[in-house]
Amino acid sequence: MNNKDIVKASLKKRYAKEKRFKLYGIVSITLSFLFLAFLLADITGKSLPAFTQTYVKLEIDFSHKNLKLKEKASYSEDELFKASYRTLASKALYQLFPDIKSRKDKKTLRGMVSVGAQYELRDMVIDNPNLIGTKKEILVLADDDLDSFHKGIIDRSIPEELRRVKDKQVSWIDKLEADGRIVTRFNLRFLTSGDSREPELAGIWGALKGSFYTMVITLLLSFPIGVAAAVYLEEFAPKNNKFIDLIEVNINNLAAVPSIVFGILGLAIYINLFGMPRSAPLVAGMVVFLMTLPKIIIPTRASIKSVPPSIREAALGVGASKMQVIFHHVLPLAMPGILTGSIIGMAQALGESAPLLMIGMVAFVADIPQSFMDPATVLPVQIFIWSDSPERAFIALTSAAIVVLLIFLFLMNFLAIILRKKFETRW
Amino acid sequence: MPNQDELELLQELGDTVGTPKLKEKVRMSCNHVDVFYNETAQAIFDVSVDLGKNQILAMIGPSGCGKSTLLRCLNRMNDTIDGCIVNGEITLDGEDIYNKTIDPVLLRANVGMVFQKPNPFPKSIYDNVAYGPRLHGLTKNASELDDLVEESLTKAGLWKETKDRLNKPGTGLSGGQQQRLCIARTIAVKPEVILMDEPTSALDPIATATIEELMYDLKSSYTIAVVTHSMQQAARISDRTAYFHLGRLVEVNNTDDVFTNPEHKLTENYITGRFG
Repeated sequence: MNNKDIVKASLKKRYAKEKRFKLYGIVSITLSFLFLAFLLADITGKSLPAFTQTYVKLEIDFSHKNLKLKEKASYSEDELFKASYRTLASKALYQLFPDIKSRKDKKTLRGMVSVGAQYELRDMVIDNPNLIGTKKEILVLADDDLDSFHKGIIDRSIPEELRRVKDKQVSWIDKLEADGRIVTRFNLRFLTSGDSREPELAGIWGALKGSFYTMVITLLLSFPIGVAAAVYLEEFAPKNNKFIDLIEVNINNLAAVPSIVFGILGLAIYINLFGMPRSAPLVAGMVVFLMTLPKIIIPTRASIKSVPPSIREAALGVGASKMQVIFHHVLPLAMPGILTGSIIGMAQALGESAPLLMIGMVAFVADIPQSFMDPATVLPVQIFIWSDSPERAFIALTSAAIVVLLIFLFLMNFLAIILRKKFETRW
Repeated sequence: MPNQDELELLQELGDTVGTPKLKEKVRMSCNHVDVFYNETAQAIFDVSVDLGKNQILAMIGPSGCGKSTLLRCLNRMNDTIDGCIVNGEITLDGEDIYNKTIDPVLLRANVGMVFQKPNPFPKSIYDNVAYGPRLHGLTKNASELDDLVEESLTKAGLWKETKDRLNKPGTGLSGGQQQRLCIARTIAVKPEVILMDEPTSALDPIATATIEELMYDLKSSYTIAVVTHSMQQAARISDRTAYFHLGRLVEVNNTDDVFTNPEHKLTENYITGRFG
């Protein structure tokens, strides 16, 4: 056997090996893709009900008697605000079901519209006082049980004793539906209102704003400090210095510290020692800043390191000072890497919940935060709160909030890619 | 590793032979320069040599002989290397450039450098040339800067090729053009001395010839020190040639003398191709 035959014999084996290796790769990519597709499909599917809302069409009687208003030509806003709207929707319901007499049934019946309905009717009257004294068909927000039943989340085939919507209510709902009084509309409230105990009233806007304020603080703190630290360590710090080495090791370790530890640190220092307010985006941003910092320093140092030395030499050679070399050449060339690292770090910060639980962001906050000091929550914590709530309708809300969070993460990563392309220098 | 013959010759190696020191028209002068990269690694041993005004000094020698190291000492580029220590005295117009009162930034504006690999900034051709003047505020207004850019590019023999594409990136030029752009960038600062570290080693023969002609033309206005691996190049362009060996300056003489009648045995061995 000559060499050629030996090589030939081994070739077959080598090609088989290559083929097998390729196969492993394809299998693992397919698997990960399937998992991702399953996750996205599941969450999106579950979130869909949250984007629509069920209303009951009721003929509301805005009579002076019902509103408990004295008859006169015009009313001040205060008077209108203090009028009684509590019974408007209930009375309209009683009229639709004249047979229902018992107190208990009546209570169940009026529970089919949301407790938030009266406030919407109030706002309606304040906006348009001409309604007073008239009757009008109005879409009244349904309670989450009716909503869930209408969307099929509560299944009527479940035995009555296990079902949240009882047979009596089912018959009422069927009657309302037969009369064409149940309508579905897009759920704008989900995007514009704050948290609520009532799923049909709960929205993501408060958490979104809280996340936004938190991210602003995090960005303002971590980007300049992180880049400055990286530039100093890479360009100015004395080499072979024990103290600098210690700092470097600690920065790398910091990136691996579990985030809840930063939460405890924030609680101990910012809140207990400095007496800063609980649940405030300012504190949240300062806590998340601690964990984002190493995630910005490390990629920034890597991209500064990757700037070709020939460019530094060229700049030094025409008489640029060290600062000028850094600001005219090193930082612009490192910018794509710095921006990508920072945005990925920020995206991680946006998805962080554990440390924020420690500083009180998990509190129930129904108001929309208006400043960095107002109590607020953030998107991932809102998801956590909702996932913990008993009402069935919160399942859809949880998924919808996850979808919103994922959209923002996707947008941030997309931004990272765009910035990278924009700042990239072609050599 | 040097062979036995060389070692013997090295041991015999005393002072530099030839004419390292000039009697007149001295621009830069090295006196007893030692360079260490750390406590144990000495790169240059007791080198003394002068750079004459409007002359080209070619520095030749085998790899690792210290010629690039000495060149980089002349504008203190070695300052950026950690642990690099320079002993002895290097003067520019009689002033010690390692004196504490001398600012290396100012020095590098006076002693420009062209590198082995063309390294234009990833900016436009115009901005590449204008970078130095802008840095030092050499021009008062935009039209003066335009004139200076044109003058520098003309001197570097690049104006005709680039005048219509000044806003195009300098990195889009060919290798030879890039190197001429780097030369234009260097002379835009109006230095007294230009140091060139193997400026043509990354270029093809035609681009090399262009750069050599350019160096010959630049000689009338500047003092040039060039490190080269090509003995032909040294013979073609330089006025004086310095031969380095293992960190020692073996011989400095007029170029014609070095290549026709070397004084030292090591120089002779090198230029006749016995090693290198």
